[in-house]
Amino acid sequence: MTIAQVIFVVISAVVLVSAVLVVVSRNIVHAALWLILSLFGVAALFAVLEAGFMAVVQVVIYVGAIATLIIFAIMLTRREMREPGQQTHRWWPLPALLAMALFAGLAWLLGSLPGTGAAPPALAGEDPVLLLGQALLSPEQYMLPFEVASVLLLAALVGAIVIAGDSR
Amino acid sequence: MVNLGDFFYTLGMWLQGLLMRAGLNESAARGAFSALVAALLPLIALLTAVPLIWLERKWIARLQDRMGPNRVGPFGLLQVFADMVKIFTKEDITPLGADRVVFALAPVLAVAGVVGLWAVIPFAANAFGVDLNVGVLYLVAAGTLSTLAIMLAGWSANNKYALLGAFRTVAQMISYEVPLVLSLLVPVLLSGSLGLNGIVAAQREVWFVFSAPLAALLFLIASQAEVSRAPFDLLEAESEIVAGFNIEYSGMKFGFFFVGEFLHSFTMGLLGATLFLGGWTGPGVETYPALGAVYIILKGTFVYFLFVWARATFPRIRIDQMLDFNWKLLTPLGLFLIPLLAVVNRGLSESSVWLRNAALLGANVLLAALVLTILGMRGRSARMRAASNATPAPAALRR
Repeated sequence: MTIAQVIFVVISAVVLVSAVLVVVSRNIVHAALWLILSLFGVAALFAVLEAGFMAVVQVVIYVGAIATLIIFAIMLTRREMREPGQQTHRWWPLPALLAMALFAGLAWLLGSLPGTGAAPPALAGEDPVLLLGQALLSPEQYMLPFEVASVLLLAALVGAIVIAGDSR
Repeated sequence: MVNLGDFFYTLGMWLQGLLMRAGLNESAARGAFSALVAALLPLIALLTAVPLIWLERKWIARLQDRMGPNRVGPFGLLQVFADMVKIFTKEDITPLGADRVVFALAPVLAVAGVVGLWAVIPFAANAFGVDLNVGVLYLVAAGTLSTLAIMLAGWSANNKYALLGAFRTVAQMISYEVPLVLSLLVPVLLSGSLGLNGIVAAQREVWFVFSAPLAALLFLIASQAEVSRAPFDLLEAESEIVAGFNIEYSGMKFGFFFVGEFLHSFTMGLLGATLFLGGWTGPGVETYPALGAVYIILKGTFVYFLFVWARATFPRIRIDQMLDFNWKLLTPLGLFLIPLLAVVNRGLSESSVWLRNAALLGANVLLAALVLTILGMRGRSARMRAASNATPAPAALRR
């Protein structure tokens, strides 16, 4: 294995183990912390793939915003942080089987796609962030989805204010 | 990009050559050199805190008409070392019922988030940890670690005051991240680069503090709030929640938070110097590139002095004022500023540098005048309303 592959395997192990611990840990704040570690691992994977922008955005949005929001919600709503009840449902083998079938199908599908396993094409000399920005805002590429998404987010923002604000 | 001298580059090459002569191949030499830089940079960052604490205490003392530390060593210079000895020998207490791992992790994260910022600051031409093409976004991402650290510290201590401090943190640090990011966007917009080196290079002629003074002001206020020092030190308001999130910490763990806060403030000063005061550029840098490090440290210390000045001058604001100030003034101001500057910058992109920057400055002044007029009108109407609603106090109370 090359050094890059070793790094990839280590980071993937961190992501997977902490993802399992999110579900397994009984203390709900610990679960949130494992989630943060898992998300950091995904950011590290992006960094290994030389997608610096994706890595940083992953940290800003998932760790900075969403995970912080989750922890905040937990702190505000739960008096008892520990869940004493049973963690598994009695029907758990069935969804486990389904999940494994789904994973196998996805793995087969990705493996059969052309270009899997090939070396990534070298990036053009231009700054990838620059290219991404231009692609998002040029009319013949992704401008319409970008603007639709921003309108959707604005609607969500207004909706949140309408729901949360006191009616005067 | 023009290569402004290469003192640090030569130094790095010389070191790598030395390693290669010692029997390493080229990639191993580069790896060893990177590891050396990665080890040295945090060390330098942490050692900076020693003179900083002395400097800040002296400045605060002068601003408050006191002497400051003056017992240990000449001018109290050795006071910090005495404090270090004291803090190292203190008992390290973990309260009962605390979450031990998280409790120990929080101070480390608090410092790591600050030291991580140093990786992208360009100290001189060719002297930086790494030239990320998303440097500005990286700053925002590293900042989330500090927020996380304070929340964890507040939660894990099993203390209601600590938890209250953590709640305030979320309200404050996440709110003020919005104007901070908006103010960071302005240098990005003007330089056309997300990397800090590109931003410094774009300020060779005119510093961004002159073309976008409002953005610099936004940055100054928002970063003071991010570091959560007075007047934004609500999360450790002594009169309300004792010491806030770090109430249960003692010994070196408390020292970590303490050093982290000082260092964060100074790092924000360095960032302010990089983003708005031209970074390492200055007279004579072309011939003596090492001068760049002196310039950025002087500029960073100047911005840091502004932070200390504000800290010594303003009283702590209330939590509702803090949120109002952010969401009703700073954020809308940033949202108006960016399109305005974008339009002016784009419209005059063909004309000379001086005309473009003069127009940008004019746009800033116009927006500032508009904001001040609106604020003045609102204030006047509020005063009028208060005056018309005020009923004369009962005679018993009027004495």
